[in-house]
Amino acid sequence: MTVPFYVSPEQIIKDKADYARKGIARGRSVIVMQYDDGIAFIAENPSRALHKISEIYDRIAFAAVGKYNEFENLRVAGVRLADLRGYSYARKDVTGRSLANAYAQTLGTIFTETPKPYEVEIVVAEVGRSAAEDELYRLTFDGSVADEHGFVAMGGEAEGIHALLARDWHENMPLSEAITVAVSALSTAEQTENGTPHRTVGPAQLEAAVLDRHRARRTFRRLSVNQLAEILGDQVPGPPTAGTADSPDE
Amino acid sequence: MNAEFPGGLSAAFIDQATSSFADFLRTLGHDPAARITGDSADAAGVSRSVPHGTTIVALTCENGMVMAGDRRATMGNVIAQKDIEKVFEADEHSVIGIAGAAGIAVELVRLFCVELEHYEKIEGVPLTLDGKANRLSTLLRNNLGLAMQGLAVVPLFGGYDLDSHRGRIFSYDVTGGRYEERDHYAVGSGSTFARGSLKKLFRPEMTTDQAVTTAIEALYDAADDDSATGGPDMTRRIYPVVASVDDDGVRIWDEDSIGPVVDRVVSARMTSPDGPVAQLPQSGGAA
Repeated sequence: MTVPFYVSPEQIIKDKADYARKGIARGRSVIVMQYDDGIAFIAENPSRALHKISEIYDRIAFAAVGKYNEFENLRVAGVRLADLRGYSYARKDVTGRSLANAYAQTLGTIFTETPKPYEVEIVVAEVGRSAAEDELYRLTFDGSVADEHGFVAMGGEAEGIHALLARDWHENMPLSEAITVAVSALSTAEQTENGTPHRTVGPAQLEAAVLDRHRARRTFRRLSVNQLAEILGDQVPGPPTAGTADSPDE
Repeated sequence: MNAEFPGGLSAAFIDQATSSFADFLRTLGHDPAARITGDSADAAGVSRSVPHGTTIVALTCENGMVMAGDRRATMGNVIAQKDIEKVFEADEHSVIGIAGAAGIAVELVRLFCVELEHYEKIEGVPLTLDGKANRLSTLLRNNLGLAMQGLAVVPLFGGYDLDSHRGRIFSYDVTGGRYEERDHYAVGSGSTFARGSLKKLFRPEMTTDQAVTTAIEALYDAADDDSATGGPDMTRRIYPVVASVDDDGVRIWDEDSIGPVVDRVVSARMTSPDGPVAQLPQSGGAA
């Protein structure tokens, strides 16, 4: 008879966390940042149909990296929770904080109680009447919540992008500057060994949206490839990166 | 995954493969159309003692469609409300007007609006106009029990079809039957008179402004002959709610824009109380 191995709880948690981290780092990055009129979301995503950035409610949006089917589950659940609250109470009673809490509980339970943790990292953002009232919640695979200010970078080369944004981001940036800074961070963070930029990320490889605090009711709107090309100036829309399947969760 | 997540999102939020908010509500055990239990005679009494909405008119025009509703709600012989709103923006390119038991009708509209927005957010694209019209059919059919007990709701739905580039109008019966109407239609207690008026005034090539004037004329005619339909209240400045829809989306006309139109219609009625006169065809016989 074989004696089952004893694995300490610390080791189990560590293994799960390492597994989730590896999965999240494999994908491409998403940036969420405040600008003067709201909150901007910029993701490197060659797919036009499978979104990493989505509307949840009037003033709330969702951005995610990691495994598509897993964060898509969370997104749909979030839309249902928000619509249910708005329908049961009033539209103003739907808050980013309660949604972030629900996600945190859910991710925490999945992390501890199921053998395979979700390989996702998400941001729940709520745009306020002024920049000081904006809320950015970053949620990781184990259910931890961080209340962020300014900008968040997730997935792929998140650390490199974070460093670049820490240098270039400042309060009250206009949208065009915010997008330019974000795209340049996405393009330059990933470098080859000799230090030259790996590639240029053009409008065709980007998914971008904003929560515009000055819009009435539904503040979420997507930015089209043309709008992005205009903002990025002379940068010509390049061909889709070779070898990318039509799925953002590679 | 079958566990309930304490404090988090229960399995129902994550598992169900539906894009419909109404279906999702049902899985949670909420039934938006619960029936009145007990004697149906009680129900008939309830029907007389709750406010009812009255007349809604709709017509297509050159670049879309127009819907308008009077502002009266009645409860038997009593005017329950002078400024009720019965025409609503359903989503970016469609509008809904309601006649019938006001409480149930307003709730139906609320559910319908969430339903459209919910689908759009989950699927990433809005429903087609036909899809929206069919969804309304299903929601209405769920209310059949209450309708049989006397609390009927009759909506009128319309919008701009982004595929065929024109305004379209759909009417419904209490069983959820859906009928596409050509050119113009009216529902509610004053609809007979409004429809007669629309029939004589409608021209297919009308601009949005002309269609709005026509809708106001039709509502005036309905109020003229139906006691449950309210005419424009000039002293309190309570005007019909008017919505127009075109390629750019829905516009709810505010008091400042609809006021002058109502003023023109009412002042013309001072000299010609029955409104504009339709031309007879040239007769071939002797003068």
